[in-house]
Amino acid sequence: MNVELRERPQAAATPLSRLAIADCDIHPTRRLLADIHPYLSKRWQEHLQTFGLRYRQPYQNGPAYPKGQPQACRRDAVPPGGGKPGCDLDFMRAQHLDPNNVQLGILNPLSPSGQGFQNTDFSIAFCRAINDWQVAEWTSREKRLRASIVVPYEDGAASAAEIDRCAGDPQLAPHFAQVLLLSRTAEPLGNRRYWPIYEAALRAGLPVGVHAFGYGGSPITAGGWPSYYIEEMVGHAQCSQALLTSMVIEGVFEKFPALRVVLIESGFAWLPSLLWRMDKHWARLRQETPHLRRLPSEYVRDQVWLTTQPMEEPADPAQLRQAIEWIGWDRLLFATDYPHWDFDDPSRVLPLQVAEAQRRAFFLDNARTVYGTH
Amino acid sequence: MARHVIARVADLPPGSRTLVTVKGRPIAVFNVGGEFFGLFNRCPHQGGSLCEGKLVGLLQAREPGRYTYTRRGEILRCPWHGWEFDIRTGKSWCDPDRVRTRSYRVDVEGGQGLVEGPYVAETVPVTVDEEYLVIEA
Ligand code: FES
Repeated sequence: MNVELRERPQAAATPLSRLAIADCDIHPTRRLLADIHPYLSKRWQEHLQTFGLRYRQPYQNGPAYPKGQPQACRRDAVPPGGGKPGCDLDFMRAQHLDPNNVQLGILNPLSPSGQGFQNTDFSIAFCRAINDWQVAEWTSREKRLRASIVVPYEDGAASAAEIDRCAGDPQLAPHFAQVLLLSRTAEPLGNRRYWPIYEAALRAGLPVGVHAFGYGGSPITAGGWPSYYIEEMVGHAQCSQALLTSMVIEGVFEKFPALRVVLIESGFAWLPSLLWRMDKHWARLRQETPHLRRLPSEYVRDQVWLTTQPMEEPADPAQLRQAIEWIGWDRLLFATDYPHWDFDDPSRVLPLQVAEAQRRAFFLDNARTVYGTH
Repeated sequence: MARHVIARVADLPPGSRTLVTVKGRPIAVFNVGGEFFGLFNRCPHQGGSLCEGKLVGLLQAREPGRYTYTRRGEILRCPWHGWEFDIRTGKSWCDPDRVRTRSYRVDVEGGQGLVEGPYVAETVPVTVDEEYLVIEA
């Protein structure tokens, strides 16, 4: 195979010439931390100024691992007017939403979102502020974008209260597409302390997204703290396997059959082999968990979706097709991760000849189904 | 093939770069310590704009803990996923035979010769007493 790029004149990418897509992982951020102040009470503004942001993790002075590019962002995503990549809606439109013909963009605020703060009361206040900020500064100004309700996930009751607040306010509710959690939590996400979150999401009629990263306080791999960022990147698949196994085995899907879960940014090709193993062991160990009344794979098949980025890139694309077929063309949600450095470009990411219906499902229709935006 | 005048040498000092369009093709042109290099501006991976990439050195290690850092400023890291390209050849570091971006020779020529010879200067007016960067494409 010769993958040398053939030269083509650079055609201006107009929305009409490009497939319409949903982007299920866009990261907005603020220009300055002070931009969040109007959404915080004076008490918490002072706390922020005095103590800063403290996460439930060692290596308190920043991310535990260096990123692949500065601020973990595409080097070409710094807005011309300055500020952090992802802070400028107009530039996001010009660089991403318009040329890539994004019809539906799901906002997943991470930096910071209030999730994973060590101080629970501050986490509650900051998550609330970020939810209001998303509506005021993003989704009210751009109809293609929908927000995520970020919650102080270690406090199930407070999280449920925040979901109820957002979903119960007719002004706010239409702006939100999902409830957002992070993958690294104090305990695996099937644990009952998190069930109030799932109940509230169901009351709100929203899926629960689980984005890779987070601050649970435990080592980020099952084998302890690794040394390199590449190990963290690869480790997201392991973390998502652990939380998905926990949700299945603890009975979350059995208890909440209408719950929809989206795993974000942790790969997908690992899913088939995980389900093979779970099904095999379930047949042998069923007595330990009599509350599970179906094969583990059946719960996942009905209630779980995965975003695509960063796509697996096997040297032989036929293997990618096979992995997708094992999972199902209806279970994958295209995502770019804009403006982060491991962005996937929609025009290049799927190196396969696929039927039009599958392509549409992958890039748009599955997201519309999960997020109820038909 | 024709020769295209793309810039005045004085406009591209060492350490700088520019993006030009030649026959509709975007080409990133770099001045690395007085040497000029041109690379087709689309990363062969997913199309990142190489002109926005960082120029770094070649970091190698024969064994864990012993590394060498050579060829300062001659390796271009894609601004997206960080694939590395040799600025002299356009070949990628990880898979040089299969993954590469086209490299263009960039010559310095005096305005005198250009005024006489056949060349294309769409946007750069040429005068006899200046030096220019010329790409054949
Ligand atoms: S687009 Fe250049 S490394 Fe991916």
